[in-house]
Amino acid sequence: MTTPLALRVVEAEARIYRRTWRGSVFTSFLNPILYLLAMGIGLGSLVDANIPGGLEGVSYVTFLAPGLLVATAMQTGAGEGSWKVMAGIEWQQTWKARLSTPIGIPSLALGHLLWSSIRVFIVSFSFVIVMVAFGVSTPLEAVGALVPAMLVGMAMASVTTAFTARLKQVAGLPMFFRFVVIPMFLFSGVFFPITQLPGWLQPVAYITPVFHGVELARDIALGIDPVVDPMISLTYLMAWIAIGALLIVAPLRRRLTP
Amino acid sequence: MDDILIRARGLEKRFEDFVAVDGIDFEVHKGEAFGFLGPNGAGKTSTMRMIGAASPMSGGTMSVLGLDPETEGPRLRARLGVVPQENNLDEELTVKDNLMMYGRYFDLSRAVIKERIDELLDFVQLTEKADAKVNALSGGMKRRVIIARGLINEPDLYILDEPTTGLDPQARHVLWDRLYRLKQRGVTLIITTHYMDEAEQLCDRLVVMDKGKIVAEGSPRSLIETYTPSDVVELRFAVGVLETIHGPIEELSDHTEILADRALVYTNDAEKTIAIVTEGPLEPETVLARRSTLEDVFLRLTGRTLVD
Repeated sequence: MTTPLALRVVEAEARIYRRTWRGSVFTSFLNPILYLLAMGIGLGSLVDANIPGGLEGVSYVTFLAPGLLVATAMQTGAGEGSWKVMAGIEWQQTWKARLSTPIGIPSLALGHLLWSSIRVFIVSFSFVIVMVAFGVSTPLEAVGALVPAMLVGMAMASVTTAFTARLKQVAGLPMFFRFVVIPMFLFSGVFFPITQLPGWLQPVAYITPVFHGVELARDIALGIDPVVDPMISLTYLMAWIAIGALLIVAPLRRRLTP
Repeated sequence: MDDILIRARGLEKRFEDFVAVDGIDFEVHKGEAFGFLGPNGAGKTSTMRMIGAASPMSGGTMSVLGLDPETEGPRLRARLGVVPQENNLDEELTVKDNLMMYGRYFDLSRAVIKERIDELLDFVQLTEKADAKVNALSGGMKRRVIIARGLINEPDLYILDEPTTGLDPQARHVLWDRLYRLKQRGVTLIITTHYMDEAEQLCDRLVVMDKGKIVAEGSPRSLIETYTPSDVVELRFAVGVLETIHGPIEELSDHTEILADRALVYTNDAEKTIAIVTEGPLEPETVLARRSTLEDVFLRLTGRTLVD
């Protein structure tokens, strides 16, 4: 029995992760706690006081939690597809080292995406535990919201990797976070319904994977009716994952095995 | 059983309009240490990467261990050991973890890898650094870890791209000693280098490359015998003098080279040449006689020195 090549890459990533997992798991729990406390409880008490029936019929913190879960998955995916990839192909060139073994470009890319999904899962699952512990969601609701969160994280990992693999200069990465990741975090319906956005900005929100993930998560977790047909959102997220994955191989080939 | 491990015919590598490897033919036999000698940019690394199935060929044919690097890359790489020019260890992991991680890419069992790590670290004399992080090691030690890493799968063919570039003389000698032992064990080595002493020490047979082409081929000894007289007399002059005396120097021998800082006079009788020089009107500041080396072969073939 031989181990599939992509799984050998996953194992290597797990070995590297073993060095840093403590710090990273700590952050995975701390972040949701801080956000839920500050935004959910602090800001939320003001919002709730202003909307007697609750936002979409629920308290602000309950409304916020599934959205934040999706946004966190998105950021994790972006992180795995950016700094991590840059280190492998440029700074440490450890991905080049892999290519002098039986691993080839397609298995390298697939293994990376599989590992990114595992990372998204670890971070999102930690978030789910916090949501349940805070009594913000029932276990079933929280776990339900995990599925769209995973899809959004994987979509981001795959598209961001395709972007990083094409980057000529590292300076592109901070720009990507400043002008893509952070605005997406703030304006995709995580903190407020996108109907609050100026009309011209709403179509932009529709394009983001986060918006569709948040819609699905609120539908599953809270029963809030989505604006877009859930099947469309689901297909849209899957398409992001697939298109990103397809766009990874060519630039890696040009760069690592010229 | 065929003992030719690599057979390349008309091998080419082009990058857009730049030709890195320009249609070369060579064969590497089982158990030999084969060298590619040449200056930077001669096409050595491109050739190595094609042999290692890490870069597609632009033209020609090549079989490595009976496999086609283009279509059987993973199977071929499973049987190769590769020492790249750059250091691509995981700096944050320990030496042991780096080797374990690499061994697992070959799908070897953890028990087998553990055993080999002990043997290999002993071989490269780094046993006491097994649990040290790579970023705490010196350049020479990192190089030795990479040497060990390339042997983890007990390769049939071990390819090293400039294995000692950037190391201090002492670290180079340690590495040469280890590579020499591998050769003694019958491991087939392919080495690129722009150091002629490295090529002389390690290679049974080598090709001299320049601008993507092979300009000479043979054992270090036979190349020297074929292309240069046995000895060289090196003459150094006070600043500014050398330019004014090209004529008289060229009269000393059929074969002379005038470099920026010194003149080389090739001869089969160094004593006689020295006598002529010291009795004549040239008055060099220093006169040094030495045996011809591969550096002289390269100079003769291309009119340029190996390391500029």
